[in-house]
Amino acid sequence: MTAAPYKQPLLETPLHARTVPLCLTGDWACWGGYVTVNSYTNVEHEYFAIRNAATLFDLSPMRKYRISGSDAERYLNRLVTRDVRKLAPGRVAYVVWCNDDGKLLDDGTLFRFGPEEFWICSQERHLNWFLDSALGYQVAIEDVSEDIAAIALQGPQSYTVLRALGASGCEALKPFHMAELTLDGLAVTLSRTGFTGDLGYEIWIHAEHAIALWDRLMEAGAAHGIRPIGSAALDLARIEAGFPVANVDFIAAEHALRATRRRSPLEFGLGWMVDFDKGHFVGRRALLAERTSAAGYRFVGLDVAGNKPARDALIYVGRATQVGFVTSAMWSPTCKRNIALATLRRPYDTGGRDLWAEVYVNKEGKWEKVVAPCKIVPRPFFNPARRRATPPLAY
Amino acid sequence: MTETVDVIVVGGGHNGLVCAAYLARAGRRVLVLEANPVVGGAAVNKEISPGCTLPACAHILHLLPPRVIAELNLAGHGLTFAARNMATIALGPDGKHLVLRGGEVTPSLQAASAADAAALPGFHAGLARFAAALQPFQTEPPPRLHAMNRGDRWTLAKLAWRLRRLGRRDLREFLRIAAMNVADILEESFESDLLKGVLAFDAVLGTSFGPRSPGSVFTLLYRLAGQIEGRAGALALPRGGMGAAVEAIAAAARAQGAEIRTGARVARILVEGDHAAGVELASGERIAAETVVSNADPQATFLSLLGPEHLDTGFVRRISNLRMGGLAAKLHLVLDGLPQVPGLSAADLGERLVIAPGIDDLERAFNHTKYGEYSEHPAMEITIPTVTDPALAPEGRHVLSAVVLYAPYHLKQGWQTGREAFADRVVETLATYAPDLPERIVARELVTPTDLERDYGMTGGHWHHGDLSLDQMLMLRPVPGASQYAAPVPGLYLCGAGTHPGGGVMGAAGFNAAQRIIGDGRAS
Repeated sequence: MTAAPYKQPLLETPLHARTVPLCLTGDWACWGGYVTVNSYTNVEHEYFAIRNAATLFDLSPMRKYRISGSDAERYLNRLVTRDVRKLAPGRVAYVVWCNDDGKLLDDGTLFRFGPEEFWICSQERHLNWFLDSALGYQVAIEDVSEDIAAIALQGPQSYTVLRALGASGCEALKPFHMAELTLDGLAVTLSRTGFTGDLGYEIWIHAEHAIALWDRLMEAGAAHGIRPIGSAALDLARIEAGFPVANVDFIAAEHALRATRRRSPLEFGLGWMVDFDKGHFVGRRALLAERTSAAGYRFVGLDVAGNKPARDALIYVGRATQVGFVTSAMWSPTCKRNIALATLRRPYDTGGRDLWAEVYVNKEGKWEKVVAPCKIVPRPFFNPARRRATPPLAY
Repeated sequence: MTETVDVIVVGGGHNGLVCAAYLARAGRRVLVLEANPVVGGAAVNKEISPGCTLPACAHILHLLPPRVIAELNLAGHGLTFAARNMATIALGPDGKHLVLRGGEVTPSLQAASAADAAALPGFHAGLARFAAALQPFQTEPPPRLHAMNRGDRWTLAKLAWRLRRLGRRDLREFLRIAAMNVADILEESFESDLLKGVLAFDAVLGTSFGPRSPGSVFTLLYRLAGQIEGRAGALALPRGGMGAAVEAIAAAARAQGAEIRTGARVARILVEGDHAAGVELASGERIAAETVVSNADPQATFLSLLGPEHLDTGFVRRISNLRMGGLAAKLHLVLDGLPQVPGLSAADLGERLVIAPGIDDLERAFNHTKYGEYSEHPAMEITIPTVTDPALAPEGRHVLSAVVLYAPYHLKQGWQTGREAFADRVVETLATYAPDLPERIVARELVTPTDLERDYGMTGGHWHHGDLSLDQMLMLRPVPGASQYAAPVPGLYLCGAGTHPGGGVMGAAGFNAAQRIIGDGRAS
């Protein structure tokens, strides 16, 4: 991704005053035009806090759109590939939306507050697409990204931290449920969602109260090893969870210069999210045609032999035919496996193939090539029972 | 559903009727539904005073393909011409008018400029060669550039071969001028303002261009390409008015077995299981059909009749971004006698008269449109059909029909107040050439783009159903994804002027659409 002509200096999130003094590494990154923390102290420590304690992540740069009006459900049902009619108020759904060619524009989470009120949260900006999709619908679309701050509270002790804050009503919250409640006097929207594949919550709050919330969470979590995490540690957790990232694991259709880099939900293993029976939605006809085609790509999880992260590796069949490439890879400390997310050309996406990853490893200044056998494995790589347990266990 | 037919044609304009006739000829049960009390769409007659018949919109027939005339036996169904191969007379403000007939050197041109008289035949022949190279496009679907099939490749190959056959020098010239503005090429070829003005007028008619807008050469070529195909008629007036010509097409369609119902306004195109299923009329009546063909313009078809819910966002975006605002008005006059135009005989008034005294005048007239104003000194194309077809008005009366540039759909002051003021400007302009005209006016009517939109359902009041310009032509007409007459919704087709090859009373879009539908039927 080339950098967009962002405002200089970069925008600050509502939590900037808290994240600045905590970031000891000076390891900052630009995320959607905002200056954000890549790591606060040490990526490994932050990662292990996600898997063993509780963590806070400043999620505020996510784009948040409020979709409301009498046609909001119909509008969203045409916009995204899932059947929005099945989403009850108080529920959250993981959704994707496509262009006319059935290629992914982005993924995100869809919140339903009531019969006629929704939020859609995504990493990339989509106001143009959302507005242009609204022609003919009685619907209001507002970008509320600046008004709403968000903090991800993730980790096995996240529920305990919420309890310590005196939150009531969160014990019954199942994954992909949400509730509007009060946390120590602050009105928040609490959703049991996250990007870590672990037990965790995302807390949505009016921007002006974000710092107060952060402070209370840090205080309540102090006894439970809470620590802030940056994007680097989160990235490790999300690979273990098998979550793709737009413009990393796929190129959003409107960003891709090369047509062969665009991916459909079917190619992305998200066929379960495409509801062909719900009526027309954007990209349906293209996806219908694609469904019967044997061409294209498949997004898969790989288990790579050895312990060298297969970052950017090319994948071969029989060590000669190039059939794909890795988009995200890591040594997973929790799974004790060398895992990767990769895109394979069909028909090489099926099991039983003689797959090899060509991995380059920098050994103290010298690049060395490792050709490691690998096999296709199901995602998520890491999927603990505590992620789903309701009420969550108090660790 | 009360009734089921094979094909419903939404709108009984000339393209819808041509399409219906060909589909009926191919054995389909066809029902044409026209909202107005008479068929013809905008190609109809109207009376603005008792017994005086005027063409409501288009007034010259110059593009109807001879193949359509022959195959539908339009002559047998009553199509005759009151005038054929009309000359174009460019009115000169000084009474020195230019008579033009294609590339012929006429005495008036010789008198105006010997150099222009020497240059015109070569200029015309050059344009005609280029136009001929484009001509095969007219009665074929434009090729898709993405996901081409054999037909697309064949059409492109024919085009490439014809362009290649032009030879190196001509091909280079074609590439040089294709995207140029018409003013530049006229300035480099001629010296007579009047000649340049009238040629520039032909280039900008039906576009939202001035003579200095890029791409205006291409629109001129395109117009010529149509004329070559339609040479049999060249510039012609159908006897009985434009409405009579369309009546002949309607009669031909009926003779082939098509049913035509007037006063039947389609409110909605019905879709079931992602396939066109029929229509719902404004009366609430539903009629089922496997195939629905829309003669309406692309915006009306997709955004109103079908609705975005059946379409993808990118497609809807392209449709809503079409330039659909008409820039032409119609002036209709009933006169108590033939006006005197100094320098012209009474017979000359039966030709096509053009007021566009020069490129600068035309560009100045165009300037106003950029700011939502009508032209202070409008340009126009005038016919007085009663000269050659006296039956159109009672004894002693004449009717005058003028296409007037520029009258933007989005007039800043609104047409409610602008209409009469602009009509005054048009009559004043006419009076500078025919001083006795104002006192001969018995009845007068100015038809603005907003009137055309209301009366004929043409979005933006554009009688070509959208600008005919380089970016809205050929495989881009109306938009990629619908340029071969088939809409994204299976079973729905377009056949109106908003599709290739475009507007004008041409019928080629209806013909092409019918071929596509017949071909799809064979394939399934």
